[in-house]
Amino acid sequence: MEDVLLLSRLQFAANISFHILFPTITIALCWLLCYFKIRFDLSRDPVWMRAYRFWVKVFALSFALGVVSGITMSFQFGTNWPGYMEKVGNIAGPLLGYEVLTAFFLEATFLGVMLFGQGRVPNWVHTLATCMVAVGTSISAFWILALNSWMQTPQGFEMRDGVAHVLDWWAVIFNPSFPYRLAHMLLASGLTASFLMAGLSAYRIHRGDTKRAPRLALKTALVFAAILMPVQILVGDLHGLNTFKHQPQKVAAMEGVWETEQGAPLLLFAIPDEEQRTNHFAIGIPNMASLILTHEMDGEIRGLNEFIGEHPPVKPVFYGFRIMVGIGMLMLLVAWLGTYQLWRHGKLSPWMLKTTMAMTFSGWLATLAGWYVTEIGRQPYLVSGVLRTADAVTDIASGNVLLTFILYISLYAFLLVAYIRTLMLMARKAVEIEEIQPEEHPNNKDNAPLAQGAH
Amino acid sequence: MILDAHLPYIFVGLMGLAILVYAILDGYDLGVGILLPLKHEQKADQMIASIGPFWDANETWLVLAIGLLFIAFPSAHSLVLKELYLPATFMLFGLILRGVAFDFRAKVKQTRKANWDKAFKFGSLLASFMQGYMLGMYIMGFEHSLQAEVFALLSGFGVTAAYCFIGACWLIMKTEGELQQKAIHWARKTGWICFVGVLAVCLVNPLINAAVMERWTTLPFALFIWPIPFVSLCLFVICHQVLKRMPLKDDAGCWVPFMIALFIFLFCFQGLAVSFFPDIVPGQMTIFEAASAPNSLRFILVGALIVVPCILAYTAWSYRVFWGKVRELRYY
Repeated sequence: MEDVLLLSRLQFAANISFHILFPTITIALCWLLCYFKIRFDLSRDPVWMRAYRFWVKVFALSFALGVVSGITMSFQFGTNWPGYMEKVGNIAGPLLGYEVLTAFFLEATFLGVMLFGQGRVPNWVHTLATCMVAVGTSISAFWILALNSWMQTPQGFEMRDGVAHVLDWWAVIFNPSFPYRLAHMLLASGLTASFLMAGLSAYRIHRGDTKRAPRLALKTALVFAAILMPVQILVGDLHGLNTFKHQPQKVAAMEGVWETEQGAPLLLFAIPDEEQRTNHFAIGIPNMASLILTHEMDGEIRGLNEFIGEHPPVKPVFYGFRIMVGIGMLMLLVAWLGTYQLWRHGKLSPWMLKTTMAMTFSGWLATLAGWYVTEIGRQPYLVSGVLRTADAVTDIASGNVLLTFILYISLYAFLLVAYIRTLMLMARKAVEIEEIQPEEHPNNKDNAPLAQGAH
Repeated sequence: MILDAHLPYIFVGLMGLAILVYAILDGYDLGVGILLPLKHEQKADQMIASIGPFWDANETWLVLAIGLLFIAFPSAHSLVLKELYLPATFMLFGLILRGVAFDFRAKVKQTRKANWDKAFKFGSLLASFMQGYMLGMYIMGFEHSLQAEVFALLSGFGVTAAYCFIGACWLIMKTEGELQQKAIHWARKTGWICFVGVLAVCLVNPLINAAVMERWTTLPFALFIWPIPFVSLCLFVICHQVLKRMPLKDDAGCWVPFMIALFIFLFCFQGLAVSFFPDIVPGQMTIFEAASAPNSLRFILVGALIVVPCILAYTAWSYRVFWGKVRELRYY
């Protein structure tokens, strides 16, 4: 049993970690594409269309990876976590069902028109299709985060014979942590997509691309990130306060607080030790954690020792949180500095260009770190206070799970490498393309000789 | 007013619809994938262009079918998927490979394109075969015996042939010239294999499965079953005659084989449904035993009644947008 539990957890973690990379990009990237398309429709300046055409390809590739890795999930609930279905299927089922009905079909169908329909439908219908895909991706995020939040802060149900039955659907969906988690994730997507766009555009410029489109994309992305980052810090703080109220043991692990204390310090660095239940080499700012979480210098933070046997493993949560915040701060710095340089000088300095390139996938790291904090932070429960992870696991042979786990991680590693390499290749290919030609002008744009791969 | 007792019927109906639509829609695009020629880049491009705008939405019907099983019959969901753990995983592998290959092939270096085409072809093949294998295991009630394995393998070949057949019929409808000729040839060959498959399942299934035999020999169920092999035979013969004369002048009736294939799928599906209803897992669990709480089913039913017509409407619209012969492959 132990083996199956560990392997099932690893496998699910691998699947979901791989999966989340792509929705994180596509949710916001599609809104950016809407922005490009609408700007083109309004101004008829072909540079917007160029930007659209490059980024719609990145979108299509990311979307495909998101779709195929998502299908896996709907199978694994049944194969690896039958206890989850039996106990909370009455809640999880309908929420996932609504996601399929209201989001998946919408995205998938309009995606066809968005990718292949130009020239077959009027331009405004194409713009509308792009917007419908964006709406679909966001609706999808709505339902899946409603379910995830319910697992964190469940309400609106009662247990009858060990099975959850819904009393109030409104309370189930709009559970206490849902609004914060949804906002936090949508902003994370905005930042991930912005940094990807900024990074890849910087790469093109670095490789000698002097066209307008990459400069425009770089500027759009950096300004977007510069606006979103402070909002994200605010929302992240509110989300933290919400967690502090509903899942104190998670916050205690995030902050590395063992004993309940008043005026707890904000630990910048420490090595938490779960055996001895203490921190080594702690460096912190006195009273700061209490101030952030309670808005009082000597506010009380309940320590992990109050939740023995009921709190998550401390190390991953503690480090994950610091990685997320650290990358967030770096993103703030880069976005603001980059925006300032663009505003003052109209371009990025060489080292800034390189920094932006280095930050291309920073959103992925921050998002993954954040999800590890919240998901590992919920352990040992699958649904807080309702269902323990260990009680939900399957009874299939551990050999089978080991086999599929190895297959999955090999496939994912291969696809991840292929994905990143292909993005780089697309950027390099784009460098070679000519600047916009006169005949490409908007009035005859449908007949314009845009070779395959033009942008 | 809908009574609680009606809910399992409604949901098994919805799930059946989702599975049928999936088999037809993803059936043709998996079939096109299996038929993909590896040496003719231009043909491959054209074939892929014919399914480009649709494959993603087609696959969503699988997610819906699994989702409905999850929502409405959760204990059957975990029972079925636990039994089918390995084949389901292999099917997912196939679907992942082909899904991403579709996009990668257009974006990588020319020298790598052929590799992604292979991934597309063999991914499609793997997914189709595993679906057939799982269908066979399901029909056999997840029995672990040699004859069950043989039957499941047979079913794997049958489903693969059926997908190739409907895929070829799709291509006849969507293409012209040399590729259409080729598709007509494919449809003729796979059509007969497919027919042998249907016949074999019709013969073998009642012989090795006592419950099915009983069902097939009692009225009124027998009335729904016995016409199937004969109607299928007629349809295959008509299809064969039509294909022999194709392409007709002005490409008249290019949609006929696809329609015939669609009806054959429909009849086979009906045969399965009549054989096992009301069992959700043959011989082990009925839809009434597996159904989840009425409150949850009502909640999702309201949404389904509003949303499913919309889905059907915009799906129909998207098929209208891409109506007619496929144009040159142009990626966005």
